[in-house]
Amino acid sequence: MSETVQTRITGWQPLDRKAMAARVADDIPEGWYVNLGIGMPTMIADYVPETREVVIHSENGIVGMGPAPTPEQDDPWLINAGKQRVTLLKGGSYVHQADSFAIIRGGHLDLCVLGAFEVAQNGDIANWSTGDSDMAPAVGGAMDLSAGAKRIWVIMQHTTRDGRPRLVERCGYPLTAPGVVKRIYTDLAVLDVTPDGFAVREMVPGLTLSELRERTAAPLIG
Amino acid sequence: MIDKIVTDLTEAMAGISDGATILIGGFGSVGQPDTLIEGLIESGAGDLVVVSNNAGTGRAGLARLMELGRVRKIICTYPRSAGSVVFEELYAAGKIALEIVPQGTLAERLRAAGAGIPAFFTPTAYGTKLAEGKETRRIDGRDYVLEYALPGDVALVEAWEADRWGNLTYRASGRNFNPVMATAAKLTIAQTNHIRDLGDLAPDLIGTPGLYVDRVLHAPREAEGV
Repeated sequence: MSETVQTRITGWQPLDRKAMAARVADDIPEGWYVNLGIGMPTMIADYVPETREVVIHSENGIVGMGPAPTPEQDDPWLINAGKQRVTLLKGGSYVHQADSFAIIRGGHLDLCVLGAFEVAQNGDIANWSTGDSDMAPAVGGAMDLSAGAKRIWVIMQHTTRDGRPRLVERCGYPLTAPGVVKRIYTDLAVLDVTPDGFAVREMVPGLTLSELRERTAAPLIG
Repeated sequence: MIDKIVTDLTEAMAGISDGATILIGGFGSVGQPDTLIEGLIESGAGDLVVVSNNAGTGRAGLARLMELGRVRKIICTYPRSAGSVVFEELYAAGKIALEIVPQGTLAERLRAAGAGIPAFFTPTAYGTKLAEGKETRRIDGRDYVLEYALPGDVALVEAWEADRWGNLTYRASGRNFNPVMATAAKLTIAQTNHIRDLGDLAPDLIGTPGLYVDRVLHAPREAEGV
């Protein structure tokens, strides 16, 4: 079903990727030290207002990363963890790889926002492997970030492309870390991980709790 | 007079044996010692264990070393990236062994090797497939995985500047694994974009003191225009 048809029938519309990134950015306060995972999480930085100082860490050794360069700023020596060219903000610094992960593991980051395949109601996150044995595994910094940051938030679509829920009772995919996710931002809702299950904090306008439940494979607290 | 600057690539790469563990700096192509990797290919050494964040892209450099069948095993964090075709072919054909290590654990295993620490407990990967079979311990109510130091026989690193004592500076995100790997091998070889006179590098800004470095080769990235 196309989004237009869905909107006409149900009266609600999922957030697009930009709106999702902007929604997360709204919740990041000034002064936080933040790592943003590869993919959609990286987009969040574009929606933090310039007047709000948030310091972005990149695991390849940047503290105070800035946006993509203008042609004049472009420097082949300056890339982010996704290997895209970036800039350094005034006040930024570089650290080597062991220090960069000491920052992560040592609990010096206020927040890390990651993408995920699945999040379980106990806060387990699966985001590094689909368990496909034909493909070489690749983990990068995902497990260090999950285990080390003070808070883990996840940004992801509420369901897979074929409609399977990504919020589940137990992860089916291999875990990245057990019990670490605090909050999930999807294209449909904002949910907190609580001892009693996923607590719905916010839904897109027009969406009902029962419609959200249909798209979630774990109990929801409304 | 101490002079670690070598005049050519052959001299830089002398004495690398078959079966050696080679630490290769860089994150993606940034700070990756491409000239020294070419030298490793020319040296003819084989049956190598390579430690690197990534597993090469395209068909040159590290990818070529692997394609020539000279790498027995790669220890890395993220072997699958855009253009990592050679690794994926070899892996699918069962022709290369892979040890996948979380990035921070890889960095800390290298740091530990250079710092005389044989092993350490880390929270990373606890409760995951990457900790299966590993010793764990609960300390102050939290669970940790035992990881061992990862020393190299040879480290290949890229610096921005170097002097004849082997003091190195780094540029921007080109720092990455280079200073850590430089501490962790019996033989550390640096390629550098600039050679400076002894005393010209600001002591406060030297990223790797020369005591970690055995050889320095001048290999500027002219094509990069920086």
